[in-house]
Amino acid sequence: MKPPLLSLQGLTKIYPGVVANKDITFDIADGEVHALLGENGAGKSTLVKAIYGLVTPNEGQMLWRGVPYAPHAPAEARSTGVAMVFQHFSLFDAMDVAENVALGMDNPPPIRELSARITEVSNNYGLPLDPSRMVGDLSAGERQRVEIIRCLLQDPQLLIMDEPTSVLTPQEVEILFRTLRQLRAEGKSILYISHKLEEIRSLCEHATVLRHGEVVGRCDPREESARSLAEMMVGQSLHTPSRLAAEPGKTLLQVTDLSVASPSAFGTSLKSVNLKVRAGEIYGIGGVAGNGQDELLGALSGELPSAAASIQLDGKPVGTLGPNARRALGLLCAPEERLGHAAAPDMSLTENALLTGAAREGLVKKGFVGWSKARDFAEKVILRFDVRTPGAHVAARALSGGNLQKFVIGREILQRPSVLVVNQPTWGVDASAAAAIRQALLDLAQAGAAVVLVSQDLDEILEIADKFAALNGGKLSAPRPVQGLTMDQIGLMLGGAETGDADVAA
Amino acid sequence: MEIGSLNVVVLIASLMVAATPILMAAIGELVVEKAGVLNLGVEGMMITGAVSGFAIAVTTGSPVMGMLGAIIAGALMALIFGILTQVLMANQVASGLALTLFGLGFSALVGQGFVGIVPPRTAKLDFGPLSDIPVLGQILFRHDALVYVSLLMVAGVWYWLTRTRSGRILRAVGENHDSAHALGYKVRRVRILAIMFGGACAGLGGAYLSLIRVPQWTEGMTAGAGWIALALVVFASWRPWRALLGAYLFGGIMVLQLNLQAAGLRFPVEYLSMSPYLITILVLVIMSSSRARASLAAPGSLGQSFHAAG
Repeated sequence: MKPPLLSLQGLTKIYPGVVANKDITFDIADGEVHALLGENGAGKSTLVKAIYGLVTPNEGQMLWRGVPYAPHAPAEARSTGVAMVFQHFSLFDAMDVAENVALGMDNPPPIRELSARITEVSNNYGLPLDPSRMVGDLSAGERQRVEIIRCLLQDPQLLIMDEPTSVLTPQEVEILFRTLRQLRAEGKSILYISHKLEEIRSLCEHATVLRHGEVVGRCDPREESARSLAEMMVGQSLHTPSRLAAEPGKTLLQVTDLSVASPSAFGTSLKSVNLKVRAGEIYGIGGVAGNGQDELLGALSGELPSAAASIQLDGKPVGTLGPNARRALGLLCAPEERLGHAAAPDMSLTENALLTGAAREGLVKKGFVGWSKARDFAEKVILRFDVRTPGAHVAARALSGGNLQKFVIGREILQRPSVLVVNQPTWGVDASAAAAIRQALLDLAQAGAAVVLVSQDLDEILEIADKFAALNGGKLSAPRPVQGLTMDQIGLMLGGAETGDADVAA
Repeated sequence: MEIGSLNVVVLIASLMVAATPILMAAIGELVVEKAGVLNLGVEGMMITGAVSGFAIAVTTGSPVMGMLGAIIAGALMALIFGILTQVLMANQVASGLALTLFGLGFSALVGQGFVGIVPPRTAKLDFGPLSDIPVLGQILFRHDALVYVSLLMVAGVWYWLTRTRSGRILRAVGENHDSAHALGYKVRRVRILAIMFGGACAGLGGAYLSLIRVPQWTEGMTAGAGWIALALVVFASWRPWRALLGAYLFGGIMVLQLNLQAAGLRFPVEYLSMSPYLITILVLVIMSSSRARASLAAPGSLGQSFHAAG
């Protein structure tokens, strides 16, 4: 029998204090799309880094077509025939597409020749791309194309894709899948890492499930349900967020004709955004990253000032107020970037609790900090939101992404906001923690607050939001009730069809 | 060609000489910053180059040996900074400032025996009849070799950064060190080499001051030239040809204020001496007033420490 393309045998990687991978064994055959499933921290990234030569395993071996394979550097892996599309793109904003592609190749041809080949390959695989454009100006989908084409130009046998769809619109996902199926038909193998189970079910014929660094299951995802896959991943039955239907109350947050220039050169300015959120309502805002999410959050939180009347909180104009003044009035925000924006990495959880809770929780009296009160507040957040940490004295940086996310969301929710704005509340958070955060948002709405949920995870919006609007190029579409909304309609909204740019939708 | 008591031709010719040391240091620092490292020790490396170049030239009697010595001394100073910031992960700003202070003190110590000595003369290049062309000949063809070397450095760095693979890798490391690492490039190695190149350029610039421009050794003789070079890099928005333009602009201001002093302008000398530095500050303020534009030009990882993960 022909040996498999790549065979992993008992691969183990130990970091000081952590076993990232333990005795991992599986095979990838030619022309196979193999899924690697697992929660954050299950060891998927370490494993693919070992295959790509960025990490050297402590034990075990890999065989490439039956021959021992132990890459010490990505260049070695590339020359063997392994290519990788990274989760966080390994691109350079201030360089053009051709230069970015050249940087990922071992022996790039001269730029002009390379540009011609980029155009050729991108057309062959239905991924149009202009080699002379600056990468900083590209959308997330286009950036991913740069990565994929960079890989394809080296004619790999095995393509590793780490969470490729997390930043794509449904239409872009379709294009990507068409390309991947074409590659499979050409006999190439793909190792596909994701936690989006529906995608894996539609694309992959084998799956290996990791939990805590070990293989806990193998299956054919086409024969499993999304739920059974998720439970294999988490190792326990999942709690689905639940809510009671409630009549929305009065309008708490009204944004009228809000236009804000982006402070960053590669950002997107907001163009005449309108939205209205009522008490008890969760208003979901979808869209691909970089379409004005950061600017919208900044404008709502008070980091980017705007005209006074363009943002009204319970009828009061707050557009010119700064973040602390808005907090005092009940408008709270939890931004996307946990370290450095939502929390100060080197400060303790107590200090971080103080940073946003000072006014509403009365933690500061006449300019003096009430440390015991601040600690009590931090401990309350830790307790109520099941933040796994030795205590409130621990620095924010030391927490895992999911735990810190629970802390920063919990910190805002416990301040009883009348309006809460969250951006990507469950990004990089494992399934059970994500369910807990979503439940907390639902409970908050239930208690009469208005919640604005900005997210790139459409499933999340569909699961808990009442209304859906799409942010595209800094413009916000008219909202639609989530009930009865199909993925196709959402795709059109995200593509800009509903904001008046009908031609972009195709 | 005379305006008042100023001879414009002489002025232009001497501004090229005045600009050469800061141009050399600025080109070196430009490469360092393109690799994502902010080395504030330019002044220290320059003056170390100035004193070592001077000492070696006087001892051996050969200005060329002095220049080579200055290059090595500057690169060694930079290597200290490189090890501190790239291997021991020290803060770049603090390490750079420390390097400047160390260089100033160290050069004063080494230079004690060399005060008041005249160094061996560096010959000017002989262009034959070319240097007799009126105006142009005087401006372009009557300089020492290093003026032309500095121009070649600008052209070379420009070509290297934009047209070669190794230059592209250096820019990639400065633009996003995490991406560069993920692609398998050796971020630290690239940065240390860039830092040493920057030090070598600063050292040569320093030696140009002590061996040709002044030529003499006095304590603290760089007098802020390293800081002007640092400002020039920002002024040039990290582009070599603009650095040349900027250096000649600053060189012009320096020469002009000296000439105005000499011409006996009825104006306090101190204000004139201040003017290059005031204009540096002014230029920096104007350059950074538009945040979006400045952020476009600066290398993405400038000044950030790189910790390899995984």
